[in-house]
Amino acid sequence: MASIGTGYDLSSTTYSPDGRIFQVEYAHKAVENSGTAIALRVKDGVVFAVEKIVVSKMLEPTSNRRIHTVDSHIGMAISGLVADGRQLVNRGRSEATQYRDFYGIPITGKVLAERISNFIQVYTLYGVVRPFGCAVLVGCVDKKGPQLYMVDPSGSCYGYYGCAIGKGTRAAKTELEKLDLANMTAREAVKQAARIIYSVHDDVKDKSFVLELSWVCEETKNLHQFVPDELKAAAEEEAKAAKDREESGGD
Amino acid sequence: MFNQIPFQDPVMFKNAFLSSPTAVGSYSPSAECINLKAKAGSYEEDPRKRTTDPIVTGTSVLAIKYEGGVMMAADTLASYGSLARYRNVQRIRTISNNTLIGAGGEYSDFQEIMLTLDDLVRQDENANDGHHLQPKEFFSYLTRVMYNRRNKFDPLFNQLVLAGVSKVRDPVAPNTSTTQVFLGQVDYNGTYFEDNTIATGYGAYIARPLLRKAYKPKMTEKEARDVLEDCMRVMYYRDARALNRVQFARVGVRREEGGSGELVLDIAEPIELKTEWRHTEKALGYPKPTDDSSG
Repeated sequence: MASIGTGYDLSSTTYSPDGRIFQVEYAHKAVENSGTAIALRVKDGVVFAVEKIVVSKMLEPTSNRRIHTVDSHIGMAISGLVADGRQLVNRGRSEATQYRDFYGIPITGKVLAERISNFIQVYTLYGVVRPFGCAVLVGCVDKKGPQLYMVDPSGSCYGYYGCAIGKGTRAAKTELEKLDLANMTAREAVKQAARIIYSVHDDVKDKSFVLELSWVCEETKNLHQFVPDELKAAAEEEAKAAKDREESGGD
Repeated sequence: MFNQIPFQDPVMFKNAFLSSPTAVGSYSPSAECINLKAKAGSYEEDPRKRTTDPIVTGTSVLAIKYEGGVMMAADTLASYGSLARYRNVQRIRTISNNTLIGAGGEYSDFQEIMLTLDDLVRQDENANDGHHLQPKEFFSYLTRVMYNRRNKFDPLFNQLVLAGVSKVRDPVAPNTSTTQVFLGQVDYNGTYFEDNTIATGYGAYIARPLLRKAYKPKMTEKEARDVLEDCMRVMYYRDARALNRVQFARVGVRREEGGSGELVLDIAEPIELKTEWRHTEKALGYPKPTDDSSG
């Protein structure tokens, strides 16, 4: 990457003349270089899908998880530096436990997303620490229904119906916009999410990948769980078939 | 701090040990009892900072193993001394999909224990490592919690009964598993043991002999249920702090013909026990005069 912000990019405590904090923008680059993660908020739940790029055949496929459960009803998908993401998950878990202890009810998605975003933002204030090199998708079903939020390395937090982070963001967002998410069921969304990940995966640059699929919906009694094997296998098959059709059709 | 003291110097070590805070009634390295008087204002000394007497209490919990599982019973009463105050409480609860816990004693301490166990289960599930806490592991955890609270003179005033089943892989024959049934109790002293039949509170005196007589290996579920129901009835007759509204709970593996077995865990709705209070011949031990109108 060409260093555009020469001189103003050495520390998060420095603004550039056009009002940017380059360290935070560089942190975004860490996210952009990592495997794609998408999430769909649909009628009865939220579905997560992550393209977990496999660097070595020796890696056990279920290790190095990119999707985690916070409390029992919230899912978090990470893109970027996974170690940084794990810190955020742990922070989310302790926020959730504290909230339960204090209020006696499970934490709501919005509150958790805000707590995480406030936490991330603090690391953009001081030169002695570096900003988090990861973005997270936070999704849950609570009494307000299904909700999805995305928090990026700057600490900004927005609610989404469909969101993508990571290297295939542009292509994934285009695909997501084509879908009618408000009227889709979670089962259908699982298939769509798998299809989108397969279609944005760059076979040339990255070798193989493992698909992580999880959901929180009516069917799981509003608990965040990994998608059951049969449904996942069916979704992957359809996704592979769709990709093959696309490739052969395009030629 | 201890790392800095030469290991070989016992005098320095003892002085350093004694100057650091230690619990009331602890032992020094040379096995002398030290700190026998609690510091002023500490929780050991100040009764406002620890549990002294239980206030809202549950009475006995009974449990018996049957083939493939455990059946547990308790009434739904939380007494306020001699007042039968809360008559629809859950004294048996599920912790995970294969473990049950029943509690007698201070009900608020039981509620606290449930919050702690729920946290433990949530952490376990979030780890997402393919392993789940087993009944024995919950039991072990509870014994440590109870014993450590007792050592701080701030006990959780409960007698807990823990029951569960786990699938254990057969080390000799791979791909087959056997069901291991667990039943144990732990109390506010931290004393714990496992047995085929468990009875806490007054049940230990009244029901335990009945359960032990009735127990045989490989009982059927119905036999276990009948035994427990009889014992709960006797408890209601004899324990002045019992109620005849009881709940039966079971956890087990129901094995179909040649099948792998399906996990069963449920706590039934409370039922009312039928009791006989009349002075019948059976109760009196002698026939009543027939011309006498008094019952």
